[in-house]
Amino acid sequence: MTEFHDASNVTNPEHTAHHVVPPRTYIFVFITLLIFTGLTVVAAYIDLGIFNPVVALAIASFKAVIVFLFFMHVKYQSRLIKLTVGAGFFSFFVLTAMSLSDYISRAWGLW
Amino acid sequence: MDHAEEHEHVFLPQHLHHFATEEQQRESATFGMWLFLLTEIMFFGGMFFSYLIYRNWYYDAFAVASNQLSVPLGGTNTAVLITSGFFMALAVWASEVRKKGLLVIFLLLTMVFGTVFIGIKSVEYHEKWEKHHIPGAHFDTAEFVNPHAYGINEAPLSPDAATKTQIFFSLYFLMTGIHAIHMIIGLGILVWLTIRAHRGDFTMGYVAPIENFALYWHFVDVIWLFLFPLLYLINRHPGR
Repeated sequence: MTEFHDASNVTNPEHTAHHVVPPRTYIFVFITLLIFTGLTVVAAYIDLGIFNPVVALAIASFKAVIVFLFFMHVKYQSRLIKLTVGAGFFSFFVLTAMSLSDYISRAWGLW
Repeated sequence: MDHAEEHEHVFLPQHLHHFATEEQQRESATFGMWLFLLTEIMFFGGMFFSYLIYRNWYYDAFAVASNQLSVPLGGTNTAVLITSGFFMALAVWASEVRKKGLLVIFLLLTMVFGTVFIGIKSVEYHEKWEKHHIPGAHFDTAEFVNPHAYGINEAPLSPDAATKTQIFFSLYFLMTGIHAIHMIIGLGILVWLTIRAHRGDFTMGYVAPIENFALYWHFVDVIWLFLFPLLYLINRHPGR
């Protein structure tokens, strides 16, 4: 029993000590999110041609990343959690890429 | 001497007997919550993918239909949702530093802004109902076939292309609707968490329920951060 009861957490140092994120960080993230919401609206009214959706998605992705890192504490989590989050998005991108290649190749040249 | 009498058993919700340490229990809960959120990525991912395909196939119909949505309402709702998420983040902090009064206030503010979001969303849905922009038997393509007669500065669509605006509105109602259902479920859980927080359950070192609910709430926010530009801002400079 004793070798499994590892109260001082020696055998598994990957379990990181809990990190309390201060409100100051949340306020910075909050203001950044509001600014980028304004930016995405402004960018939509400017004719950037093919880059309109690219800019819109880039801004949305940036906002999502800072929500994940700070509001959702991923930055302060163990590698297990970081890997889990990364694996989820990686799987989604793999499925999207495979499905898109199917759609594109069925109507080859018609896109 | 009986083993059970050797030491005092103290029950801590943040350290159940089958976990070696509090940290291990906490990380297990976080890990489990993230696994659930991964299934949510896949769930919403399918809808985002259909959006991607149909937007490419019927781009003109999508652009014109998208311009029927209100950017002021959608933009306001984005800010409202970000504010709600901000207060949820502060609620996690209040729970961690064991400030019961602040925790309850932040949870209530999270609920208030979440409810405002649902309210603005219902105003938008009602407008779609009045304009016959809900896909189905009563869908009206007249504005898209003959936009100038309705004072809309858009290139007219062919009758066939105009029916494809229904695909946009179907995806709009599907994606924003499932997002709204997630929020309504979240608001229900928030009521329960607020009652328990008021009782003092989450300001004695037991943060996991608040923290994991925050993960859910922020995730639903992130979905909206993508829905807003993809649904409202496809092409906001018509007639270029």
